[in-house]
Amino acid sequence: MSINVTNLTKLYGDKRAIDNISFEVHSGEIIGFLGPNGAGKTTTMRVITGYLLPTQGSVEVLGKSVQDHSREVRRLIGYLPENNPLYSDMNVLESLEFSALLNGVSRGTVTRCVREMVGVCGLGEVKHMDIGQLSKGYRQRVGLAQAMIHDPKVLIMDEPTSGLDPNQIVEIRNLIRQLGREKTVVLSTHILPEVQASCSRVIIVSKGKIVADGSTNELQSRFQGNEQYFVEMEKPDGDSSGTLRAHLQSIPSISSVESLGELEGVVKFRIETTRGVDIRKQLFQLSVSKKWTLLELHREQTSLEDVFHELTVDSSQRIESSATRSAEAS
Amino acid sequence: MDNIKIILLKELRSLFNSAIAYVIMVVFILLAGYFFTNTLFLQNVASLRGIFELIPFLLLFFAPAITMRTISEERKTGTIELLLTKPVRDGEIIVGKFLAAWLFFGIALLPTLAFLVTVMFLGRVDAGPVIGGYLGLLLVGGSLLALGIVGSTLTENQVVAFILSFLIMFIFFMFDKVVIFLPGPLASIVEYLGIDYHFSNIARGVVDSRDLIYYASLIGFSLLVGTVLLERRK
Repeated sequence: MSINVTNLTKLYGDKRAIDNISFEVHSGEIIGFLGPNGAGKTTTMRVITGYLLPTQGSVEVLGKSVQDHSREVRRLIGYLPENNPLYSDMNVLESLEFSALLNGVSRGTVTRCVREMVGVCGLGEVKHMDIGQLSKGYRQRVGLAQAMIHDPKVLIMDEPTSGLDPNQIVEIRNLIRQLGREKTVVLSTHILPEVQASCSRVIIVSKGKIVADGSTNELQSRFQGNEQYFVEMEKPDGDSSGTLRAHLQSIPSISSVESLGELEGVVKFRIETTRGVDIRKQLFQLSVSKKWTLLELHREQTSLEDVFHELTVDSSQRIESSATRSAEAS
Repeated sequence: MDNIKIILLKELRSLFNSAIAYVIMVVFILLAGYFFTNTLFLQNVASLRGIFELIPFLLLFFAPAITMRTISEERKTGTIELLLTKPVRDGEIIVGKFLAAWLFFGIALLPTLAFLVTVMFLGRVDAGPVIGGYLGLLLVGGSLLALGIVGSTLTENQVVAFILSFLIMFIFFMFDKVVIFLPGPLASIVEYLGIDYHFSNIARGVVDSRDLIYYASLIGFSLLVGTVLLERRK
């Protein structure tokens, strides 16, 4: 077990930033911490990295408690904080060296470590430049390089791709995936494709609580509602779209058929079925037997985006309604 | 120890990489030089006493300028999170930053040796008060800088940090100036707390352990308070 969070609660004054959450991260996993802004992602990461102390509960990293062995835990972790703060008056090499030394890399191996990281993160061209002059993409790479300079077993990254352009995002994702082979990675984001692209497991948090925890596929199937099919057909002369629709509705597992319009004999339908039934074969056979030309057929499943939306929006409403209820009761 | 050294070197480097360090040094030596030459020929004595007594007043403005950025700037840019999540003790960060500021002050003091050379041309200089004066200045400077670090941990804003540090230093500076208004037993305690009071002893060339203990404990206590304030975030 790489990270073990048990009944963790963090209060800021009266506000519960994290409310009694528990989860485990196995070594070698890439975990995506997903949630709307203010859900408690950053606070959780700050507790794991020893920047904040838990109000209640415990956090263990590789079997060591962050409360009792804070410095040992910090040595095991590479951390990229939110907004990637860097010393803008240092140049790239200086900043990497500083980071390496403070992380306990011995003076003899510092130069080698720095050179290695410059290579891995592609910083060769800018290594003598001041960080203040670097583009955002390069700054992000410097942030990653300084987090990994001491070859930590656990890498924690708070929104590693925020503010980058699409090409840079792809680069950073590839880097993360590459790293994930040897390290335990926890990254937070509110961008969904990021999780699907890089993570093996997702933890969705909302208002300080975990609302879902599982692999991306698991979450998609668990929260799957009805499946939708989009069909485009050319009707033969003489048939009307009404008869077509009636035929479609006769397929048993179809719950609704909606016509999306008709143009020069081409009809579009949106068909909903109950969960877990595949009607693509039936649609094809129906079209063959009735002599309609099937122009397009595609199925749409619940996306992670829908899962996220459902969980975070619904749970917040639930919390609000229970709060009003308790307020009424008192 | 190693961590303190790493932080010290980094701080010194960023001080000298910024314009502030040079501005402070130049303005300091200009002001000190002005006050030095102004009174030099009036006094007709080959001594640095006049300027030594004045420098602590100058430091009241220069020490906050040296320390105002130390913690507040890191808080503002968020790099404090980077620093505090490294396997480093909070105290090592404070001590490293303090030593860097102190060393910088020592370097800023070097040009004043020109005053000494000038005076040596003009007459025989008594070594005791000169050595005592420089030792005293270093101790006063160290104490003020340590108090300045405390001021810098209190806020994210450099200007606010400057003003807070100035106020804290001013209070310690005024202790021995207000004793005449206080009843006897209280007066001696308050006088003992004054930064300038101990300086005037050392500047005469009398190095008393009571004065050394005072400065050492003021520095130690300030750094402790700074560390506690840094941990307050948790």
